Amino acid sequence: MSLFLMPSLGADMTAGTLVEQLVPPGGTVKHGDIVAAVETQKGVIEIEAFQDGILDSWLVELGAKVPVGTPLARITTAQDASASDASAQPAPDKPEVPKPAVHAPKPERREKPIPQEPEIAGPKDGQKTPAMRAEPRQRITPAARRLAAQAGIDPSTLSPEGTSPTISRADIAALVTTPLATPVSDMRSAIAAAMSRSKREIPHYYLSHQADLTNAEAFVTETNAQRPPDKRILLGALFLKAMTLAVRTVPEMNGHFENGSFAPSKTINAGLAINLRGGGLVAPAILQTDALNLDDLMVAMRDLVTRVRAGRFRSRELSDATITLTSLGDRGVNQLFGVIYPPQVAIVGIGTPVLRPWVHDGKVAPRLIADITLAADHRVSDGRRGAMFLRTIAENLHKPEAL
Amino acid sequence: MTNQDIRKILVEELHRIAPDIVLDEIDPDGDLHDEFEIDSMDFLTLVTALAKRFALEMPEADYPKMQSFNALADYLQDRKT
Repeated sequence: MSLFLMPSLGADMTAGTLVEQLVPPGGTVKHGDIVAAVETQKGVIEIEAFQDGILDSWLVELGAKVPVGTPLARITTAQDASASDASAQPAPDKPEVPKPAVHAPKPERREKPIPQEPEIAGPKDGQKTPAMRAEPRQRITPAARRLAAQAGIDPSTLSPEGTSPTISRADIAALVTTPLATPVSDMRSAIAAAMSRSKREIPHYYLSHQADLTNAEAFVTETNAQRPPDKRILLGALFLKAMTLAVRTVPEMNGHFENGSFAPSKTINAGLAINLRGGGLVAPAILQTDALNLDDLMVAMRDLVTRVRAGRFRSRELSDATITLTSLGDRGVNQLFGVIYPPQVAIVGIGTPVLRPWVHDGKVAPRLIADITLAADHRVSDGRRGAMFLRTIAENLHKPEAL
Repeated sequence: MTNQDIRKILVEELHRIAPDIVLDEIDPDGDLHDEFEIDSMDFLTLVTALAKRFALEMPEADYPKMQSFNALADYLQDRKT
């Protein structure tokens, strides 16, 4: 007999809500099977079994929020079964078919849990023992769950419509009278999911450097002076070019970390973080940034920003970015600390350029300075290489005519 | 071209970039970037569109004269009447 516990899914997690019981009482579980889904601040996370056996009973009701370490279910392991046949439920052939209601005995508190978590917090005394769910387990699609959460509907109070055993998004949508599912909240969910994964998986390190943009700005002004508006360039194009060139010096900033190893990318598809009106952010890539000269890069940037703000971009632009640039623009603040977009391994941030007193040619002079930052993946590179990368970007920006 | 015509075109082009902005709710003398929540790319897009429609150069050196809705309308008016 062992207990299936509310796991800790990160140092910041103290409690979680059981939102799915994916194995009915009496169902067989195998090591690695998804047994439950738990809603945390990071989103819904599926929890696997860590041993083979039969799920004897659920100890926590759907929708209950319990501390990390709380037993969620009791699992009779194969060893238990051979020792005592009587206590084991026969395994159904198809665990997918919900068992008829089984009223298991009240679970005893603190049943010698297998110490998976250092802190085992059982149900508090005096608290009503969680009742077994008598009805067949509820299935709900992730999209339906998200919509239900947005609409403030508790899915556990619903039963699926029609013959399907699964509550679909349409089922929830039918209950929503006001248009709550805005694209913004979907985008926020997507950002949350990606950034949660990033913070969960990527050991970020951060570096900051100051770049003198006086020459770069003068270069832009001079370039644009003789050009009609549709041929003008922006400082942003110089940032992209400077970063792209620096990747050649420090190639381990460019690529994907997947399945436990880093695959550097030969081409550079620089992702560009683009704010959307009304909120939200996407970072699609300018494909093969390294093949474009400054003017072509500016054309590509304009095209991308225009399309993205109109809500049109290509899936490759979203999946193929190999490094990201995010710039605060003219009306931001000094510095930003980027969150790497997985599976990428680095993000460069450009703070808002401001005139600052600066020692230039041995004299203090007002110069246009921006703080440039790097967040990079410590599984792939270290601070020394990161520093070289940032310094190279700053040097490239100091010599804009070479871009 | 009358002042009204110019403003009508200006509003059209601004709405292309910032469709969510209600003109009555903005300060026409406030900073265009802040009032319409546009960034440097949006501003360049706006200038590109206006330059085409009014057949003007709108050089970057004149950008300081285009920093509010009213200033931009006056700038266009001065050059198109």
